[in-house]
Amino acid sequence: MTPMVKAQEVCKSFGALHVLKGITLEVGKGEVLCMVGPSGSGKSTFLRCINHLEQVNAGRLYVDGDLIGYREAGSKLHEISPRDAAKQRRDIGMVFQHFNLFPHRTALENLIEAPVHVKRVKKADAVARAKDLLEQVGLSDKATAYPAQLSGGQQQRVAIARALAMNPKLMLFDEPTSALDPELVGEVLEVMKKLAAEGMTMVVVTHEMGFAREVANQLVFMDGGVVVESGPPREVLANPKHERTKAFLSKVL
Amino acid sequence: MTDVDTPPATTPAAIDAVPLRHPWRWVAAVVIVVLLALFLYGAATNDAYRWHVFAEYMFNERVLKVGLVNTLQLTVYSMVLAIALGVLLAVMRLSPNPVFKSVAWVYLWIFRGTPVYVQLVFWGLIPTIYANIQLGVPFGPSFFHLNLQALSIPFVLAILGLALNEAAYMAEIIRAGISSVPEGQLEASTALGMSWGLAMRRTVLPQAMRVIIPPTGNEVISMLKTTSLVTGVPFALDLYGITSREIAARIFEPVPLLMVAATWYLIVTSILMVGQYYLERYYSRGASRKLTTKQLEALAKAQTENPGGMSA
Repeated sequence: MTPMVKAQEVCKSFGALHVLKGITLEVGKGEVLCMVGPSGSGKSTFLRCINHLEQVNAGRLYVDGDLIGYREAGSKLHEISPRDAAKQRRDIGMVFQHFNLFPHRTALENLIEAPVHVKRVKKADAVARAKDLLEQVGLSDKATAYPAQLSGGQQQRVAIARALAMNPKLMLFDEPTSALDPELVGEVLEVMKKLAAEGMTMVVVTHEMGFAREVANQLVFMDGGVVVESGPPREVLANPKHERTKAFLSKVL
Repeated sequence: MTDVDTPPATTPAAIDAVPLRHPWRWVAAVVIVVLLALFLYGAATNDAYRWHVFAEYMFNERVLKVGLVNTLQLTVYSMVLAIALGVLLAVMRLSPNPVFKSVAWVYLWIFRGTPVYVQLVFWGLIPTIYANIQLGVPFGPSFFHLNLQALSIPFVLAILGLALNEAAYMAEIIRAGISSVPEGQLEASTALGMSWGLAMRRTVLPQAMRVIIPPTGNEVISMLKTTSLVTGVPFALDLYGITSREIAARIFEPVPLLMVAATWYLIVTSILMVGQYYLERYYSRGASRKLTTKQLEALAKAQTENPGGMSA
């Protein structure tokens, strides 16, 4: 079976700054991969490479067998057009640390925006699906609320529903609970757990070790742009092999 | 230890404090009212104002049907053109395409760097510079031919001159509005599979409107007044041209006719300000977490129906 995400020696630099120095990993379909590590280690950058918000400089990155960001013709790689890049992103949902909901649209309007204008779904169908999703994240009563009127936890749940509205085959979470008050973290993690249980393939950058231990199939510890250690979360968290992993975990656990 | 969740048995009485007094506000207001009254009395009794002439021409048919109508048309047409062109220029300047970027920059450099009056005079001279317009293959056959000098087009040239100049300013206002929208908005739209253009149209521009509308309102009001410069084209049938150049020159009464023009400019400006208020309110949707009157009523109702219970 083709893995959902396959990264081979992925490198990314911004000018002289090398952020990713050869990341190789695989995420199978229906699997949850959690990425942990100190800030500046390149976790978010790697996540943004997966849906081509950043362009990979070296190595290859495949999502469901498709090369991301380039088209292979003969032995040459060609940059793909913005239109084709947009097409690739349609099937990849992304949830941001700061939610990035559309503040001028209500919760429901946030959910139907992309299905109606990108996928050209009929508005009535999109609304029905959006109501369904809002119920799944426990916010059916907030359909007409604007983002500014919702708590952080509620906003993040709307943001997850907004990404799900496009029926993605892969969901990327970029520190989804880092901007939340501690008491609101639980409700967002709950939604993510449910999603994982339903078989969604997920790549999650997080500092929530409890969530990683419970939900992830694979835990990756990154530092300085490389994967230092990876494996089943219980093993990595309980018996870290590498000194850097030990040092990091002793601070966060 | 007290249980913090239990409300007090009796609610304390609402505070009834003596309001803070502001005596100096009253003093300042009285002084200003007295000064204003003196000025109005002086103006009313000063014969140089010629109030009877003012009254005679205030609703003069030529002032209204030609002057005011032309001024309004110049304002509306040139502003609509300027906004359309301004959006295009702003988007071009922010686009990733280097060709678009430089074209927009050069346009701004020229049209913002020269006075509008000079530009209007220049547009008026276009028919003498380019007597004929031909469309066709260079040095080859021509498909379309237009003799500019044979046309009488000062009105069109006035609109063109005003609009092209204004577009440069509108482009900057719109660019500032677009830049004020957080980067995450474009990113979230991109991640949802929107193209750059769609994200601009659906996500960024509507949010930029909140920042764009107030200065655009100022530009409309400013444009209304700038139309008085079309005399440079020359186009003389606008409000200022009709009152001060046509009628005032004929009856030798410059002061009351200036007052007529000023009064009409002021009236139209006031109407525009009301329109601006409603536009601003519409585009500030979702900008504040303050609840609307309707939402507050619904919450208060829920509270009385369900006392003690907090609405989530």
